[in-house]
Amino acid sequence: MLSRRKSVAPEANQTELRSIPGAETYSRLDPWWWLVVLVAGLIAILCIFQPDPYWRIVLFVRDGIRITVIITVVSFILMLFVGMLGGLGRISKNKALNLITTLYVELVRGVPLLVQLIWWYFAAPVVIQQIGTWTGIPFLENYRPNALVLAIFGFVFCYGAYMSEIFRAGIQSIPKGQMEAARSLGMSYFQAMRHVVLPQAVRVILPPVGNEFISLLKDSSLVSAVALADLTRRGREFMSANFNPIETWTMIALIYLVMTLFSARIVNYIERRTKFER
Amino acid sequence: MEPIIHIENIHKRFGKVHALRGVSLQVQKGEVVVIVGPSGSGKSTLLRCINRLEEYNSGKITVDGIPLDNAQNINAVRQEIGMVFQSFNLFSHMTVIENLVLAQRIIRKRSRDEAHKIALDLLKKVGIPEKINAYPMQISGGQQQRVAIARALAMNPRIMLFDEPTSALDPEMIKEVLDVMMALAKEGMTMVVVSHEMGFARAAANRIIFMDEGQIIEEAPPDQLFSNPKHERTKRFLSKVLEH
Repeated sequence: MLSRRKSVAPEANQTELRSIPGAETYSRLDPWWWLVVLVAGLIAILCIFQPDPYWRIVLFVRDGIRITVIITVVSFILMLFVGMLGGLGRISKNKALNLITTLYVELVRGVPLLVQLIWWYFAAPVVIQQIGTWTGIPFLENYRPNALVLAIFGFVFCYGAYMSEIFRAGIQSIPKGQMEAARSLGMSYFQAMRHVVLPQAVRVILPPVGNEFISLLKDSSLVSAVALADLTRRGREFMSANFNPIETWTMIALIYLVMTLFSARIVNYIERRTKFER
Repeated sequence: MEPIIHIENIHKRFGKVHALRGVSLQVQKGEVVVIVGPSGSGKSTLLRCINRLEEYNSGKITVDGIPLDNAQNINAVRQEIGMVFQSFNLFSHMTVIENLVLAQRIIRKRSRDEAHKIALDLLKKVGIPEKINAYPMQISGGQQQRVAIARALAMNPRIMLFDEPTSALDPEMIKEVLDVMMALAKEGMTMVVVSHEMGFARAAANRIIFMDEGQIIEEAPPDQLFSNPKHERTKRFLSKVLEH
């Protein structure tokens, strides 16, 4: 829940007035949780009654799950910042800022994510080293690619563009009067953004941002193309060692499914708790 | 006496539309000025120029001796001017009390307790002390507008601007807002009001400004303007708004 500081005024009838519209729904459990339980249960049953190969698969891909989760969570947090800055840039009246962010969004959206990831992994280190040679900065010249860092960078760069568009739309959906009222009280543009417009925009963009998180979780499987041992990559390794594609890929699919369904429920829960009417 | 608002030959264009065509106006401290006129006459635009929510193409506005020419001055001036909007514009993610406290905390740098105390006093004054923890959409339009007035007053403005404050209200809520404005006028607040409420204009205004097509056509004390308008355009307008 977003922080609701206790207001003073003991004389006010708090129980009656503090209720938030939309609040009536969030005590009830979201009925779709049963699907998460079902899929998780299916994984458990397979592992218990057929430990070979299912439990072996789970043990084998465990560190892959870790990589997948790290990439997804870290990229997601960073791309929120990129998205917010990009969104503010897209609506900025400053022509240069506007041009740069618009160009960024348009270019990034036109190149497939897989191509971008491969570029960051194989091409970017060479470019960095070359720049290091030209400028004589040894730190850049001796740059050694770190697959995890470059993958996260690639995701943030790509998804940040989509996120910018979501933030832009969210900010623009807040009536102009909110900004005007804040400005006429003497707040600067950024004070008004921070205290008045963004808190409202965040509620509007929660559903699309949540969807981006789930897309990202699935797209993280693309890093298996750039030498990172994520869940998908580990699955492939297990399959080539044991020659059982049906069991391996069913299990991998179920593991992704339980993660995405779980995330969707969390997003839904946050959404319902922050819902308010205008 | 030096006027508190000094507007000199303001021109404003929206693309091809020439919204303000050389408007000059002076408002004295403690004066209540009501601007009337047909829609599209530039009343609201003029009002919004005073705290620079609208930029103007040429001319000069000075408020309380501060010219509106750079960002720093504009923020300084805005802190001295309270603005009330037609659509209330309460911050919809905040409760009534939070709406009143926010700017006091970050602009006036008041402590939480002090800001709360001022807010509660003002809410009492506008007649809604019991709704302080309600969200804007939980209260009526009339109540929202009174909260908006209180929110502006919490900054201790020297001037209050009202942009058609009752136009979005149900008829039975208009009076409660006008009562608050009336009380404010009696206390000696400098007020510039754009309104279609001729009753309020008659009772509260020191001076009525009639605008049409981006220009001030006529200005006079209410008795004089209502009973004996000089300009033909004013007569036509008044005959339409006063006769029913």
